[in-house]
Amino acid sequence: MAKSITHEFVKGLWEEVPPFRLVLGLCPVLGVTTKMQFGIGMGLATTFVLVCANILVSVLRKVIPAKVRIACFIVIIATFVTLVELLMQAFAYPLFLQLGIFIPLIVVNCVVLGRAEAFASKNGLLPSIADGLGIGIGFTISLAALGALREILGAGTLTLWEGIELVNLVNIFPGFQPFQFMIQAPGAFVCLGLMLCFMNLAGSK
Amino acid sequence: MDEYIVLIVSCIFVNNILLAQFLGNCPFFGTSKKMETAVGMSMAVIFVLVLAGVITWVVYNFMLVPLNLTYLRTIAFILVIASLVQFVEMFLKKSIPALYAGLGIFLPLITTNCAVFGACVINIDKEYSFMKALVASFSFAVGFGLALILFAGLRERILLARVPGPLQDTSIALVAAGIISLTFFAFRGMV
Repeated sequence: MAKSITHEFVKGLWEEVPPFRLVLGLCPVLGVTTKMQFGIGMGLATTFVLVCANILVSVLRKVIPAKVRIACFIVIIATFVTLVELLMQAFAYPLFLQLGIFIPLIVVNCVVLGRAEAFASKNGLLPSIADGLGIGIGFTISLAALGALREILGAGTLTLWEGIELVNLVNIFPGFQPFQFMIQAPGAFVCLGLMLCFMNLAGSK
Repeated sequence: MDEYIVLIVSCIFVNNILLAQFLGNCPFFGTSKKMETAVGMSMAVIFVLVLAGVITWVVYNFMLVPLNLTYLRTIAFILVIASLVQFVEMFLKKSIPALYAGLGIFLPLITTNCAVFGACVINIDKEYSFMKALVASFSFAVGFGLALILFAGLRERILLARVPGPLQDTSIALVAAGIISLTFFAFRGMV
């Protein structure tokens, strides 16, 4: 049993990592990754909702009638999203303003609903927690990686959290000209497409 | 009047819901492999988004605001959209079977389409009047359809091209979407 729980956790990190392996939940991936810190913040918020929704769905899976299960899942998810919204307004207001509309949009993030439907509604409590945590952390890492790539190319900086700047290329190389295309809308698509391409390359070898 | 023209142009082109705001990207990649499915999805979105935009505006301004329940917006909106989609489905099945058959599987899928939910939230966040919310919902939906149909045409061409192995399928689709997004970027100077 212990082995399978570790497996459910680890699979989210590479085998089924959203948004690369499962092309789901693209909107926040493209929308918020102009900076690494937004990617991390969004990833953590999604992980919270994912784990909580998985727990509740898994506990209630025998009570929820099959015919109205999707509606029930959405209400459960919406409850936790509202919770995250209120918590972020209280404790991380600047980040909340930056992420804006993408926080309420976690409700319609197909990754969350997809895990509730495909995993938590069929499995017990512990595997569901492991699954939610694994997929959530995989999602956070993907968002952070995409955000880091776009930020370093597009602005020349790398921000881990509000005010903590890891690298600033403009200071290191005085004549550095940021490639602004990367932090604008078209750059998001191209950058994600190329990252997917490199993941395919790495996976095929 | 000018106000409305600016609103329409900005919602369709400048702030295109798919390519500039990144809402509704799952169906954008999921249903753009064939022209027919793209047209079906666009029609379904136009139909549902206009209804959802109007109803959520009414629910927010006449129910949630007077009762001081605005923090329940997310739950209220998603319930309105889910039940609206269900209702539209039943209504069409009974009264306009031809349209129902045409929209097919795309209707139920719309519940989790963030373009619909996102547009409703934008209407509220920007504090549009009722007429403006109606016009903006319609324009967002038209922008969604325009981008989706253009992209489907492009993807049908990509099928004929020889794409290098690792770039195939979703990867090349993302890069192509980036290029379409770049062309829509040019509209920025207009408004």
